[in-house]
Amino acid sequence: MEKNSVLEMRGICKYFPGVRALEQVDFTLREGEIHALMGENGAGKSTLIKVLTGVYHKDGGEVYIKGIDKPAVIRSPQDAQNVGISTVYQEITLCPNLTVAENMYIGRTKGLLTNWKKINADAGKLLDDLGIPAIPGQQLGSCSIAVQQMIAIARAVDMNCKVLILDEPTSSLDEQEVAKLFKLMLDLKKKGVGIIFVTHFLEQVYEVCDRITVLRDGKLVGEYVIEDLPRVQLVSKMLGKDFDDMADIKSESDTENIDYSSTPVYQAKGLEGTTGIKPFDFSIHKGEVNGFTGLLGSGRSECVRAIFGADKVNGGEVLIDGKPVKINKPLDAMKNGISYLPEDRKRDGIVGDLSVRDNIILALQVMKGFFKPISRAQAEEFADEYIKLLNIKTASSETPIKSLSGGNQQKVILARWLLANPKYLILDEPTRGIDIGTKVEIQKLVLKLAGEGKSVTFISSEIDEMIRTCSRLVVLRDGKVVGELKGDELTQNKIMATIAGGES
Amino acid sequence: MSSNTVKKQTSLAGLAKSVVRKQIFIPIAALLILVLFNLIADPSFFQITLQPNSEGYNVLSGNIISIIDRASELVILAIGMTLVTSASGGQDISVGATIAIAGSVVLRVLCGSNTRPDTLQAPVIVAFIVCCLVSMLFGAFNGTLVAYFKIQPMVATLIMFTAGRSIAAWINNNELPVISDPKFAYYGNFIPGIPIPTPVFITAACLIVIALVLKFTNLRLYSQAVGINPHSSRLNGINPQMIKFITFVILGLCVAVAGFIKVSRLSTINYSVVAKDIEMDAILAVALGGNALGGGKFNMTASVIGAYVIQFLTTTLYKYDVDSAAISAYKAVVVIILVVLSAPIVREKMGEVKKKLFPAKTAKEAA
Amino acid sequence: MKKFLKTLIGATLAFSMAFGAVGCAAKQAAEAAGEGNGLIKVGIINNDPNESGYRTANDRDMKATFTEENGYEASFYYSLKNEDQIAAAQQFVQDEVDYLLISAAGTSGWDSVLQDAQDAGIKVILFDRTIDADESLYEASIVSDMAQEGQTAVDWLAGQNLDEYNIIHLQGVMGSSAQIGRSGALQDMADSNANWNIVKQQTAEWNAETAQQIVQSVIDSGTEFNVIYAENDDMARGAVQALDAANISHGIGGDVIIMGFDCNSWALEELLAGNWNYDGQCNPFQASYIDDIIKNGASEKVVIMEERGFEAATITQEDVDNYGI
Repeated sequence: MEKNSVLEMRGICKYFPGVRALEQVDFTLREGEIHALMGENGAGKSTLIKVLTGVYHKDGGEVYIKGIDKPAVIRSPQDAQNVGISTVYQEITLCPNLTVAENMYIGRTKGLLTNWKKINADAGKLLDDLGIPAIPGQQLGSCSIAVQQMIAIARAVDMNCKVLILDEPTSSLDEQEVAKLFKLMLDLKKKGVGIIFVTHFLEQVYEVCDRITVLRDGKLVGEYVIEDLPRVQLVSKMLGKDFDDMADIKSESDTENIDYSSTPVYQAKGLEGTTGIKPFDFSIHKGEVNGFTGLLGSGRSECVRAIFGADKVNGGEVLIDGKPVKINKPLDAMKNGISYLPEDRKRDGIVGDLSVRDNIILALQVMKGFFKPISRAQAEEFADEYIKLLNIKTASSETPIKSLSGGNQQKVILARWLLANPKYLILDEPTRGIDIGTKVEIQKLVLKLAGEGKSVTFISSEIDEMIRTCSRLVVLRDGKVVGELKGDELTQNKIMATIAGGES
Repeated sequence: MSSNTVKKQTSLAGLAKSVVRKQIFIPIAALLILVLFNLIADPSFFQITLQPNSEGYNVLSGNIISIIDRASELVILAIGMTLVTSASGGQDISVGATIAIAGSVVLRVLCGSNTRPDTLQAPVIVAFIVCCLVSMLFGAFNGTLVAYFKIQPMVATLIMFTAGRSIAAWINNNELPVISDPKFAYYGNFIPGIPIPTPVFITAACLIVIALVLKFTNLRLYSQAVGINPHSSRLNGINPQMIKFITFVILGLCVAVAGFIKVSRLSTINYSVVAKDIEMDAILAVALGGNALGGGKFNMTASVIGAYVIQFLTTTLYKYDVDSAAISAYKAVVVIILVVLSAPIVREKMGEVKKKLFPAKTAKEAA
Repeated sequence: MKKFLKTLIGATLAFSMAFGAVGCAAKQAAEAAGEGNGLIKVGIINNDPNESGYRTANDRDMKATFTEENGYEASFYYSLKNEDQIAAAQQFVQDEVDYLLISAAGTSGWDSVLQDAQDAGIKVILFDRTIDADESLYEASIVSDMAQEGQTAVDWLAGQNLDEYNIIHLQGVMGSSAQIGRSGALQDMADSNANWNIVKQQTAEWNAETAQQIVQSVIDSGTEFNVIYAENDDMARGAVQALDAANISHGIGGDVIIMGFDCNSWALEELLAGNWNYDGQCNPFQASYIDDIIKNGASEKVVIMEERGFEAATITQEDVDNYGI
């Protein structure tokens, strides 16, 4: 074991029936460093983390921990904790209805009697030390997601962890919150904790990380010092090919031949939702890609949900191809040629236990009606077609969708709505939590669809992604449409300014 | 050993493995265990004879016939219970009580206000249709509570579970009418000249109907989708409440058919004991079929086999003089075994044991 | 479809409301019964009339006897739960009834309420069921002697003088007084006579269908039998159904003797038709005994009702009409 490393994994192998998830992977984490673990979906990041935390049992290789002579035996998350490995997941795994202090110390007090006074004091001190804005006696649920995540980290730190794993901690945080989290990570780094940072955000990697380990298809690509690896090269290592697709996108984006004088495909006048958004006007033309942008909670998702009838609509008028229609529920929207890929994939998108095939045909099937089932052969054909078209990585069309990686699940949902053959496709955060390769694929697909004459609304938290794909942006602030940008106005600065509301 | 045989063995093992992994394996295995037990203990268990009954025509008899005949109501209920379980993620515990209602309605229509009529007061078909409508109404009542008022199925159906038998008695003014027309007994016993019990045909008809419904409608896809993820289903244009509601109405129809058979078997029913505890057997059939009681995916065939297994178990226990009061204890044992076997922690451990036993094979598979 | 659904929901709700209303009306009627009109006020606590044909007949008999024409003002309370019954008794004591008539669901827990009744000068008469309380707390108890019912039946069976008795014994819910009494006599007989064999003894829990299944399994196993001793009529009916399916003759001149209890009218008709051989009475008609005690005083603490056994050979249509329940 190297002198200053806290964790070394050597020749780790993990097999699942028919799949080699990890093949001879090495990974080294030094004391006081932030180490990014990068790779596309299915590259083996999650599997490696799960082996390390004892969720999976490895089929080969060894794990060494600083201070332990023999290879560490990690057969359960409890074992991992005992040797000083702690994990903070994307989804908070604490109890929202307990207090902050209770959450920090639950399961760790010895004996039957608990000195809550002391625990509250200890918790308060720790929170202060780490600069976490929370009070020990406060209910956890009343803290923001970011603070909850920090509390989870504080809990891990207090358990004397040597290795802290942060699995996609930033995907539901806004920028300020991310900054706070990074400050905490840097503090911990100074204290000598080794941090493994799993994320999809390239910018964030370059902001805080010291080194990067890249995995691809279950194999180690390499370990790099951050200064030696420019972004483009990192992306190309992850994808395993020379990378110039990003450039392609901009050139493909061709907005000139949209006929703005024609009747809009979809037009809303004074559409009023019940979810806290002000009435808004909106229209989209054939072949156009536009977007809704704004901070988290600005109402951008609520707007498109109102368009699709996903939430109850109070008032307003909707015209499809100039004809007034009533959209009260999703089926109405679907029958009018509108498709909606929801923001929360797990809750609203996938039907977890159903097969990839059933997930793909679901929307089309519902539109056809209860008494007209799609034949098995036909469904099989559809599924195969879209698995191929979108390059969905699945063992077969029979595989339950929940066993696919996040990016592939998203592609299945996308396939579902493409199969429904809409005129107007709404994609709410289609690229969230997805690896860079798939992101690019999806962006390209959006432009291709627009080229074929479909209208697309594209929502993303990453502004440059929106700039690349959209020809028009609707900007929201606090549930209200505050601006519409197009053409030359579509620059990062201008958008930021509109979101922030500086009247410039 | 030649390489050829090795290859054959692995493919056989692979076949066995894929069979074991199938959901339907559980009820079939249970069935085979019971068959094997009876074969060893007393092969005459399987004897089937054709002999005349008291009305002078030949009928089949024997334990196997008894099982298939007796399981009828349970099989029919298992169909509806499987759908309800799938869509609502819960179970209807009122089916025993609503069978009493269904039976009571049949008696009421056929007997009128007279408890011992010499002739039927209405055609049997009318009684059957009224019975179906009433049962579907009660199914709709349960379904409304579950789907629209979002009450947990077990809690919602507790109402009918408690009130059902009193309602059944109330329908006939606390009388216990008896139907004297021997033709009415055909549906629960034998049709003259046909050696197979009529309920077997009724069950077969129900199975064919549900098979056709599952084939020619999207009931399977919709109820599974709603059971797995109602949010996502709604955004795909499905109305989850409607689907839950419909499954309860279908169960109501199953209850009607089962209740009709029950009345016909004895030409009368006793409201307080008819179909007692049948709800537990129906739920057990669904569980025995390997279906998740929390809803979602289901396998109808497995549930149906599960229902036959339960009757097989009951008849076997009767044969070996097990106290009928103790039979529920044996069923409880089956439930425990099932629940334990399907617990993820046990599956994981079994996987480990298998790995230890055949390390070479697992490695080969992974390669 | 939507419209249909709405109608359906509406109908369901209307139905449930109507049902609720019936319950309320009944309660009010009971409460509204007048006072101080020279009638004897009786509070009657009974088991749920839906419990069995016996109880239905019993309740009907009580209602027919304790009428205003007969000089009574009666309030009824039904429950299968002992605690609820005790609470109802308490209520009747507060309402100052003259007589409290109780068919208790359970045997224990009655002492204090009966003491209260005694202190308030209310006379208590037990019917059908006995309780574990001091005899001084009640006026009289009118009961059936289940053991005697069983003995009467077994004596009749012994009188048939068969060479060998191979009996299928279908028991009621184990531990109930009817089961203990009716099983006891048969068991004693079988224990003391070599030619009395019980080939199958199982509880069918008063359930016809269970009985049918048990008998069917005996037939399927090929065991010989010539008597079915069922502890109620329902189970006898189930047993007969199984025999019919297997073409085993029964009743007068048949291979198997059929015995039942409770004297349901349909069962007595089976006797009349010669399909069954014997039916033992379990007399539900206590009302006339109670009426007698209220009007003429009790001569003894425990009144055992007269109970008969009917046999196919001698039963008449008149018996069916008079004794059928």
